[in-house]
Amino acid sequence: MSTVQHATRSSHIGIAIIAIGFVVLTAAPAWGDRNTLRLLAELFTYLALASLWNLLAGYAGLVSVGQQAFVGFGGYLLFALAMLAGVHPIAAIFIAGPVAALLAVPVAALIFRLRGAYFAIGTWVVAEVFRLLASQISALGGGSGISLPAAVVIAMAPTRQIREFEIYWLALGLAVMVLAAIVVLLRSRHGLALTALRDNELAAQSNGIDVGRIKLIVYVLVAAGTAMVGALIFLMKLRISPDTAFSVNDWTAFVIFIVVVGGIGRVEGPVIGTVIFFVMRQTLADLGSLYLLIMGAVAIVVMLAAPKGLWGLLADRFGWQALPLQRRLVLEPKEKRL
Amino acid sequence: MSTPLLHVTAIDAFYGDFQALFGVSLAVEAGQVVAVIGANGAGKSTLLRTIAGLMHPRRGDIAFDGASIAQMPAFDVVKRGVALVPEGRRLFPSLSVEENLLIGGQSKRPGPWTLQRIYNLFPVLAERRHLPATSLSGGQQQMAAIGRALMSNPRLMLCDEISLGLAPIIVRDIYARLPEIAGEGLSLVIVEQDIVQALRAASHVYCLQEGRVALEGEAKGLTREAISAAYFGV
Amino acid sequence: MTLWLNIILQGVLIGGLYAMFAAGLSLIFGVMRLVNIAHGDLIVLAAYVALMVTTGLGLDPLTSLVLVVPAMALIGYALQRGLLNRTLGDDLLPPLLVTFGLSIIIQNGLLELFTADSRKLQAGTLEVLTFQALPGVWVGALPLIQFAVAVVVIAGLQILFYKTALGRAFRATSDDQAVAQLMGLDTRHVFAMAMSLSLAVVAIAGVFLAVRANFDPSIGPARLIFGFEAVIIGGLGSLWGTLIGGVILGVSQAIGAQIDPGWQLLAGHIAFLVILALRPQGFFPKVSH
Repeated sequence: MSTVQHATRSSHIGIAIIAIGFVVLTAAPAWGDRNTLRLLAELFTYLALASLWNLLAGYAGLVSVGQQAFVGFGGYLLFALAMLAGVHPIAAIFIAGPVAALLAVPVAALIFRLRGAYFAIGTWVVAEVFRLLASQISALGGGSGISLPAAVVIAMAPTRQIREFEIYWLALGLAVMVLAAIVVLLRSRHGLALTALRDNELAAQSNGIDVGRIKLIVYVLVAAGTAMVGALIFLMKLRISPDTAFSVNDWTAFVIFIVVVGGIGRVEGPVIGTVIFFVMRQTLADLGSLYLLIMGAVAIVVMLAAPKGLWGLLADRFGWQALPLQRRLVLEPKEKRL
Repeated sequence: MSTPLLHVTAIDAFYGDFQALFGVSLAVEAGQVVAVIGANGAGKSTLLRTIAGLMHPRRGDIAFDGASIAQMPAFDVVKRGVALVPEGRRLFPSLSVEENLLIGGQSKRPGPWTLQRIYNLFPVLAERRHLPATSLSGGQQQMAAIGRALMSNPRLMLCDEISLGLAPIIVRDIYARLPEIAGEGLSLVIVEQDIVQALRAASHVYCLQEGRVALEGEAKGLTREAISAAYFGV
Repeated sequence: MTLWLNIILQGVLIGGLYAMFAAGLSLIFGVMRLVNIAHGDLIVLAAYVALMVTTGLGLDPLTSLVLVVPAMALIGYALQRGLLNRTLGDDLLPPLLVTFGLSIIIQNGLLELFTADSRKLQAGTLEVLTFQALPGVWVGALPLIQFAVAVVVIAGLQILFYKTALGRAFRATSDDQAVAQLMGLDTRHVFAMAMSLSLAVVAIAGVFLAVRANFDPSIGPARLIFGFEAVIIGGLGSLWGTLIGGVILGVSQAIGAQIDPGWQLLAGHIAFLVILALRPQGFFPKVSH
């Protein structure tokens, strides 16, 4: 008899480290100052965005350069719900997910007609359309944007400190939720199909996997997650404008950098990539445009020299996996004697 | 004996980690027709692809006209006078029949073969010169593929499975032109599954089995039993 | 009536510029299935090269093409041989992400060198020269030249593609790389020639862009999108299709701008999306996508 085993020794260690890390990070309001909390919260939003993009491009092969469409949509929806409908901002974050999923269906129906790299540019067009439409909404500040009214912000929590803790935990919770959802998805029946898709789309198709349907499911789920993160990002910023909400640099270029450098097509990749990105940003940001230039060059070098990213290098070399995602056929002792 | 035109010495060839050829050696004299036979997957096409420079041997050497071409890219190998008629013809579908022939002459080697001579050899191609290559029948496509290879004025032409997917009468027709082609002093290596055709056309035969030379000898001197033993490994 | 005639005419003429954005993109996709995300930024780079040539040597913009076109062609050849050839293969990601990285490098490099200030190339009296095409319908000399150049460029590419040995090599390599090598074609060189040609067209487009309006390092991506939309509207792989695509895009934008200035770009994108919904293969399809 044989069974399928997901875990390896390194994934046991990985799980232990993740559990300890989670406890330490949850307790951050107790040990970190305001700036640390803010930086960590931002890091969590990037981790979530990068993990979602990784699922989309690294597994489903849908290379989008237009995910800012959903980041901005989430942000604008939060502002609209909070300002125009009196919805609590935190509730608005969770409304943004399903609404974005609904929106993603017709969008997918259109841009799935484009293949490969043309799909990528198609997603960008959609993001541009969203940006231009947002700048037409005068109730939300039109082209110059708008700030979240003080009344809405104050109503969120009794004190500023509690509000900041809330937002920190929301960011941590959302990142954990996104990562957990991806791990669950990849360990499900769909996950096997997705991994097959990542490794060889043609072979996956000929093995009876409904590639189109899987891609649609992933696209819609990723849109929902991205919009929720987007809503949170602009709740943190307290101000939104079409250019910041639908910025290709902030919500796509940086995210792609994270995934490529960390390791595309692996759940662990975006985690490493996010840390590298923030270290680089904290040390090089003073260089201005030169810093972006260096990032572009680093991404190109990694893509050519180590296409599986840093985590890919480590995993290939040491057989590491931090999360129990691998499927290994384990033979019972009787058969092992063969 | 003089130095052969093509001298393959103990080459090993791989697809990734999979080894397809094990110490294969082969010699072709100027003007000689050599047949390489063997079952599916025996390494016949790999041998031709390696000689043509589409892949490179990990060990061993390939000498052509006294110089090593083992690590040379395909586009340089053809300029030295080695042409491959690939398996399945593989004409360029976006090009007309005549453009397919013209691009064969891209390497601009001097020699007897011109567009006009190809049309004399295969008159049906002249009739269809301006049509897309995809409009040709299987046999006509094979003629065009041979013509395209000849346009580079090769000294050695490698033919991979000329008879594949063609009606026997067309195969006979094409093979009937080979002496005319070889008459120009051209050497031929013919890879075939159709043993009868191969033995009739060639003076020397190599039989590959699982990536190794299982048998080699004069075409006339080989018995049917020896060939089937080498072919099927029984 | 004449108002709308004027608007449509302006749209058609700007369509020529978009067609030039598109032709370069279409060309390299046709030959090597590469979609160059940095295409728009290379157009802007060409505009800055022209800026340096015109200010440095005192040439007028159209004459500067004599230097800008070969310079960009050379950059294209080097870019393909040095970088992009390494990314080509079965995997879609490397070329896409490397050209995306390139786009960021070019944008920020230009920002370092030239700041974010808006620039423009001055074409002197040519800019203000207009004449009456019909009663009440006015045409600028510069837009007309731009459109005529676009037609000539596309016709030239068409001839090159279908009537010359280089074009034959492009099509053969696009069909079957391995067999193309058996014909003595070094595919790395063929690809580099295609990129070189693409950037030669980019150079012409960049100069006209820079004469027509203000430019700064950030405007590249929008040019990529216009070119891309024109390619898809026209139909993948068709050179004349890019002209039709460019004109449809230009006219849509002109009509949108007339309705509300904020609707100029939106109208173009919507026209693209409508065509994608109703006729995803474009108007003159050659390659399935």
